[in-house]
Amino acid sequence: MDQLFFAAEVFLNGLMAGVMYSLVALGFVLIFKASGVFNYAQGVLALFAALTLVGIQQGQVPFAHLINAMFGTNLHHFGWTVPSILAIALTAGIMVLLAFLIEKLVLQHLVGQEPIILFMATIGLAYFLEGMGDVMWGADIKTLDVGLPQGISDTVETMTADWLGYGFFLDRLDIWATMIAALLVAALVAFAQYTKQGRAMRAVADDHQAALSVGISLRFIWVMVWSIAGFVALVAGIMWGTKSGVQFSLSLIALKALPVLMLGGFTSIPGAIVGGLIIGVGEKLFEFWIGPLVGGATENWFAYVLALVFLVFRPQGLFGERIIERV
Amino acid sequence: MFYREAGDFKTTYRDDGQTFPIRLDRWGYYVILAAAFLVVPIYIDAYWANAVLVPFLIYAIAALGLNVLTGYAGQVSLGTGGFMAVGAYAVYKLMTSFPEVSIVIHILLAGGITAAVGVLFGLPSLRIKGFYLAVATLAAQFFLVWLFNKVPWFYNYSASGQITAPTRRVFGYAVTGPTTSAPAKYLICLCFLFVLAWAVRNLTRGTLGRKWMAIRDMDIAAEIIGVNPLTAKLSAFAVSSFLIGIAGALLFAVYLGAADANEAFGINKSFLVLFMIIIGGLGSIFGSFAGAAFLVLLPVLLKNILVGSFGWPTNLAAHIELMIVGALIVFFLIVEPHGLARLWQLTKEKLRLWPFPH
Amino acid sequence: MKLKFTTLAAGAFMAAAPAMADLVVPNLSYRTGPYGANGTQYADGFNDYFTLLNERDGGIGGETIRVPECETAYNTEKGVECYEATKGGGALVYNPLSTGITYQLIPKAAADQIPLYTPGYGRTSAKNGAVFEWVFNAPANYWDGASVAVKYLLDENGGDLSGKKIALVYHNSAYGKEPIRTLEELAEKHGFTFSALPIDPPGQEQKSQWLQTRRDRPDYVLMWGWGVMNQTAIQEAANIRFPMENFIGTYWSGSEVDVQPVGAAANGYKALTFHGVGMDYPIYDDMKQYVIDPGKASQGGQFVGSVLYSRGMYAAVVIAEAIAKAQELAGTSQITPAQLRDGFEALEISAERLEELGLPDFGPAITMSCENHGGSGMARVQQWDATERKWTLITDFTEPDQDVLGPLIAEDSEAYAKEAGIEPRC
Repeated sequence: MDQLFFAAEVFLNGLMAGVMYSLVALGFVLIFKASGVFNYAQGVLALFAALTLVGIQQGQVPFAHLINAMFGTNLHHFGWTVPSILAIALTAGIMVLLAFLIEKLVLQHLVGQEPIILFMATIGLAYFLEGMGDVMWGADIKTLDVGLPQGISDTVETMTADWLGYGFFLDRLDIWATMIAALLVAALVAFAQYTKQGRAMRAVADDHQAALSVGISLRFIWVMVWSIAGFVALVAGIMWGTKSGVQFSLSLIALKALPVLMLGGFTSIPGAIVGGLIIGVGEKLFEFWIGPLVGGATENWFAYVLALVFLVFRPQGLFGERIIERV
Repeated sequence: MFYREAGDFKTTYRDDGQTFPIRLDRWGYYVILAAAFLVVPIYIDAYWANAVLVPFLIYAIAALGLNVLTGYAGQVSLGTGGFMAVGAYAVYKLMTSFPEVSIVIHILLAGGITAAVGVLFGLPSLRIKGFYLAVATLAAQFFLVWLFNKVPWFYNYSASGQITAPTRRVFGYAVTGPTTSAPAKYLICLCFLFVLAWAVRNLTRGTLGRKWMAIRDMDIAAEIIGVNPLTAKLSAFAVSSFLIGIAGALLFAVYLGAADANEAFGINKSFLVLFMIIIGGLGSIFGSFAGAAFLVLLPVLLKNILVGSFGWPTNLAAHIELMIVGALIVFFLIVEPHGLARLWQLTKEKLRLWPFPH
Repeated sequence: MKLKFTTLAAGAFMAAAPAMADLVVPNLSYRTGPYGANGTQYADGFNDYFTLLNERDGGIGGETIRVPECETAYNTEKGVECYEATKGGGALVYNPLSTGITYQLIPKAAADQIPLYTPGYGRTSAKNGAVFEWVFNAPANYWDGASVAVKYLLDENGGDLSGKKIALVYHNSAYGKEPIRTLEELAEKHGFTFSALPIDPPGQEQKSQWLQTRRDRPDYVLMWGWGVMNQTAIQEAANIRFPMENFIGTYWSGSEVDVQPVGAAANGYKALTFHGVGMDYPIYDDMKQYVIDPGKASQGGQFVGSVLYSRGMYAAVVIAEAIAKAQELAGTSQITPAQLRDGFEALEISAERLEELGLPDFGPAITMSCENHGGSGMARVQQWDATERKWTLITDFTEPDQDVLGPLIAEDSEAYAKEAGIEPRC
């Protein structure tokens, strides 16, 4: 019986971890769908957004290190703090600006190139943003606090203890993340279904040229999609940053999202969610049961191998568009 | 004016089909070879060998290997780091198990073992394509590194899981281990690179290379005209992994001397080598060299300029370096998506006309 | 500052630069990458102590000390490049703060005859000076740490750990694997059950390991972590309500950056250390007067007094003492790396000497010799107070269990000697 409860607990926690992966994967899917760009920089975008958020919140002077090195000053803080909501709004604004700049300076010049070239460009972008985030805000570990709770949820524990005789462990941050992710997905779906821009976005995703011919501005859609992806990155950055502090390693969460994408398909939003859940549950259960037998630390590769095995049977992922090849 | 092909007549098919059809190119090639083999070893010192030249030679081999797979056969792989780890651990096991056998044979065998592993991980490429394949190769990357970290047999049960290269000699000169001199390190890597580059160049212009390119351009069409995708793709994986395995073996045994799977052969290595071939030029031997040179030299150069000349704090310099490398990658892709090799080709075209406009 | 870097650059590109007329102690630091936040503080402490010596005493024995810094990003290849770039400039000793880079440098440094000083990290069996002629790791190493932690737990439990369960959460790398052998031996000796849980670097995702911990309910958890793994582990331990008093980190899992992001929940977390913490030492009066107030502190002096800053400073103190000793032995102020090795081997830092340095009771007394390159191995336990936001020392310096460690060190160093063909000296 106990084993069953443990398994159920790991399962639930896996689901929640999956939601966190999905949050990152979502950004990838949005951009891939609308512009065919496999955006490796999504993880760094999350880091950059989180760094900017903390920087604004704590009133840090941007580029303080650079200014100090060049002019021999000793600047660090403006000496004020900004309330969380305002800081989030400002950061979202900066992400939109960033999307605009990326479109203007990078994508616009690479229209029509092969996918691998675009992919490489986003890796270059990732390097650039990573360096820039550090130069702007410094490389020390920052604590991100926007008022999200953390730690074991007492309500769930006492409730399940009363009902089942075993108190389940659920992290309050994970519960919040799940709710926020659900809201985010609902908002995205509503946006795509019921607004003019959303429909234009779907049209572009379906067929670039047809969309162009009916008068949709590709450039506007791209800026919009990158802005949305930037916003999703901000949400992911807040969740992951609250969990483990804002620092360099945050950008590596992109690696967690890749198997999710493979499994779910690069072009499907529901795929990103379902893929995330499967990966989350799969890797947690595997590490929990099989991990101790083979020496542990299996999480890094298990997700990839799971996705690989899956792809051999279904090469376009769970919800991906079928690949039809013609000579 | 000086660089021209006028008067350079070919009388046989053999002459016409050679790698450097223009006489000046051919001479340039011989001069560079002579300089690399005869002049550089005399003047090389430990800093130039360890910071610049040896890593350049080793990465050039790895870039050649990946270029076979990605540039010629069109299969994007992000598993380079994992395959290099196979080469490194294979050579380590061979070196320590059979100390009396020559290290050159061990390195070649390590390449062979890597080729076998590469074929194994190349099997899914028959079903999976494009970015799905790129991400799938990450499975190889993470799984292999985990395996070398977890199974103590691979690192001879040492307490920390590190592998350390013992001293081995070629013609009486140490080429691995701490006492290796700079010229010895340089020369062994150069020999491997020369032979492998020569072999790859000839492979890619033969039947096999043409099959790979047919698969790259469109695999369904290639299949229809009679190219067997199974053998073509798997042979590309095998040749590519062989080269990458040798690069990994050299990286560990000759260059680093000690390695830890997670750190020395992580995902960053895969990206680094992929960068090299894209910046250098996909499907080009010269591109592999140019890309490796660019990405090995640039960080060293930037570091020396920013920290050395401007006197900036090291962390600021490192961050700015990241920004510059990132910006340069984007810049190159915008200016010339086909890489340095294409730029070189354009320069040559211009040179043929220079100084006359037409 | 300016001059320092220009000379480094000259040395960097023309590696055969002539030896400068001062003492060169390169600082292979990392201020970027996944471990940059930790490396920065250590590097600052290391730099500042030498700046203090230069400003206050005019260097050591009248010779100015130059500390060229080189960024390694905790990456072994960049570490090798930094080593090659700086060794031409007359480098006396290296302290790379990375076990991976140390493993690379051990054979190289032996061939180049330059000492390595790796306090609390690197290759543990380097304590055996007969085999590792050029490597010094006093005052304590990983195995000492594991043993001191177990000893501390023995004290807590009235000398008996039989039947207890102790788990190790470790960074899945060369560094993290180091203590496993020792802990297994100790488990056999004291009769506790030992289990090890690896965490892949960087280590942001540890949920399943902590769910396992929640299921297995170990009595104590030890941690060998670095970088983001530390704070994530402490956070997850707090999440599953693992009692913080029973959670003990190694030297490298017990600094401010590890506990501060977790906030109040980290209260009571313990960690090992081999030196004192905080600003309550007389040396900081001088530090303030000569380094911080004139604005000469490394990178603005943001971290003065933190655990890792103190550790960097401590490493600099030991190196400076060894240099002074070497000058005394060699009878010249302009020493060579080989003379510095003799200085290390004759080094004695007594409690009185520490007091003279303005660091009373800061570290254990160190005595090194030809055979013993690792000092006494004594370490102490500190505990985090989240309300005061500071570390407090809760035990005295404790001696590790040399009966267990001695044979392990002999075995490992002999294996290395055989592999590398070294004839033990002394």
